[in-house]
Amino acid sequence: MKKLILPTLVAASLGAAGLSQAGGHADVKIGVFLGLTGPIESLVANMAPGAEQAIAEVSDSGKFLDGKTVEAIRADTTCIDAAAATAAIERLITSDKVSGVVGGDCSGVTTAALTNVAVPNGMVMISPSATSPALSTVEDNGLFFRTAPSDARQGVVMTEVIMDRGIKEVAVTYTNNDYGKGLADAFQTAFEAAGGTVTISASHEDGKADYAAEVGALASAGGEVLVVAGYIDQGGKGIIQGSLDTGAFDTFVLPDGMVGDSLPAAIGSDLNGSFGQAPGTDSEGAGLFADSAEGYDGTSPFAGESYDAAALIMLAMQAAGSMDPADYKGKVMEVANAPGEQILPGELAKALEILAGGGDIDYVGASNVELIGAGESAGNYREIEIKDGALSTVGYR
Amino acid sequence: MSDPLNAAALLANFVIVPAIAYGSQLALGALGVTLIYGILRFSNFAHGDTMAFGTMITILFTWWFQSLGLSLGPLPTALLALPFGIAVCALFVLFCDRVVYRFHRAKRADPVIFVIASVGVMFVMNGLVRFIIGPDDQNFADGERFIIKAREFKQLTGLSEGISIKVSQSITVVTMIIVVAALFWFLNKTRTGKSMRAYSDNEDLALLSGINPDRVVAVTWILAAALATIAGTLYGLDKSFKPFTYFQLLLPIFASAIVGGLGNPIGAIAGGFVIAFSEITVTYAYKKFANYIVPGDWKADGLMQLLSTNYKFAVSFLILLMVLLFRPTGIFRGKSV
Repeated sequence: MKKLILPTLVAASLGAAGLSQAGGHADVKIGVFLGLTGPIESLVANMAPGAEQAIAEVSDSGKFLDGKTVEAIRADTTCIDAAAATAAIERLITSDKVSGVVGGDCSGVTTAALTNVAVPNGMVMISPSATSPALSTVEDNGLFFRTAPSDARQGVVMTEVIMDRGIKEVAVTYTNNDYGKGLADAFQTAFEAAGGTVTISASHEDGKADYAAEVGALASAGGEVLVVAGYIDQGGKGIIQGSLDTGAFDTFVLPDGMVGDSLPAAIGSDLNGSFGQAPGTDSEGAGLFADSAEGYDGTSPFAGESYDAAALIMLAMQAAGSMDPADYKGKVMEVANAPGEQILPGELAKALEILAGGGDIDYVGASNVELIGAGESAGNYREIEIKDGALSTVGYR
Repeated sequence: MSDPLNAAALLANFVIVPAIAYGSQLALGALGVTLIYGILRFSNFAHGDTMAFGTMITILFTWWFQSLGLSLGPLPTALLALPFGIAVCALFVLFCDRVVYRFHRAKRADPVIFVIASVGVMFVMNGLVRFIIGPDDQNFADGERFIIKAREFKQLTGLSEGISIKVSQSITVVTMIIVVAALFWFLNKTRTGKSMRAYSDNEDLALLSGINPDRVVAVTWILAAALATIAGTLYGLDKSFKPFTYFQLLLPIFASAIVGGLGNPIGAIAGGFVIAFSEITVTYAYKKFANYIVPGDWKADGLMQLLSTNYKFAVSFLILLMVLLFRPTGIFRGKSV
């Protein structure tokens, strides 16, 4: 059946390519390599405009590398199909000749694109949303960064969120891919280390006809709440619906892939009381970014991270005085971290000016960027709870 | 004394009720596939997307009726819209037959050419559905959601395990029984049904005895469209409508039809239930169930799960493989593939 899906996806990405190439010819091109179709297409609808906003801001400032213009070129990762994603980034690098790539989004396709195409071609990739712990140790020649934290961190935060509510026993289900498995394992390790019990950790496949078997197994194993490390548009929703229908679980813990307005809208009031967390911050930058977002939702998960990923690429270029990935890859950590003048969203022109003058900046951006380890965000999380059929923010961790 | 009852309720809630509902959905889908295979002699890969197309039309009519304020009270409005969905879907399928399959039928093409043509039709339908209604989830169920909720059942019986039965599940089972009975009556008792079976058994002989082949083909397509629309709408009511999921439904539906015996209507029904029950019973964790029925403080530590749910699909395909190896015509002697 995979053979049948592939041509559809290829056709879709060719269509997207046709659109993006209709744009003008700017001096510098930056790839926006996100899952325009597939399981997280509803999140990407706010991520891609976020990245493009930063690109437009820099391009319009006229201060980038002595007045060069920048253009965004979109390509589709599909989120799930590594072959289609590899072909798409290949096209960005060899045919569109981009100088940096914002993306990919889902961990599996990001790993494939990075190891098969970006590293051999020496291309810098900054992912706003790939969170698999495996990406921390991948062989990347210093070319890969992410403005999203590793799920090893999310596992710890989720443990705190659950433990603070006095819950000691949970069941876990995860979507059967690099993201789901990585997060489920990281969470289980952290939760058990904190003295909790995971009764079962069972995978589910996305887009399947029926989840009765999974729900049955989870219900039998028991637990006070069910942790659903899945996707909002896919199996995650099916599992929640099935659990509510059979009375297996009443409360669900929702990690980042499950946080979105479409979930309470689809399930209704039964979801009230469920809680979770997604990357996010209450910093000044997040507010500024949300206000500046036009035509899309700047508070949607990973929208701010996407803006920051694009901004970091261009600021590193400015600091290196070059758009060659080999020159600017070493500058990414420098512009992201202290010391230097703090830069918030909307201040990219100021940052470009400081860098042109030889000064130092500390990019804070929309997601409070602080790159640690192999170049990944230290991580700020927004704790949410579903109240009266809508997402509400409880606090920040 | 209540422990065996609790065990029974537990099993009913998580295994029997969902498996019967899922089995009925698969059986209705498999009936359509098997009908096309039996009479037109090819595997119709477009069946999953025919289901999606019919369901989409039904949804559009449902929305229209809802906006007019029409409803069936506790029953979903979609049932009212179903005949319209069937009618439009039948017209569309007849149109497909006219522009695609008729050409090949006139040339008496090999079945494999029909199969490939149906893959083409599948992609066109797939695109059309996404173009009209979009790739997202659509919720169109209304009316009462539950006949009995797990919590109400517990209060009613005093058991610690509940059984929940959804309205959509019982509608599915009832509709399946009615549709199957009507189909059997049609095929065995009416003149048209008999001529269809004659055409299926021996095309040349049927033509010689004056059976109009165009009529047989048209009736077959209309029945297949009706079955597809009914199956798709019931599935959508129970879960939700998403074009991609319908595309994926094709696999278990074909597995059901083949396990039961392609071309044999009884086989399609049996196959649907075999696949649904095997997927759910083999991967169910019997820990709680065992704790209810074993005596005293003999508690199970493990989950008592035969296979992890990861292997759900391995189970149905293993059954498919065994059937093809040891009884290639399926459990109920259909046509060999």
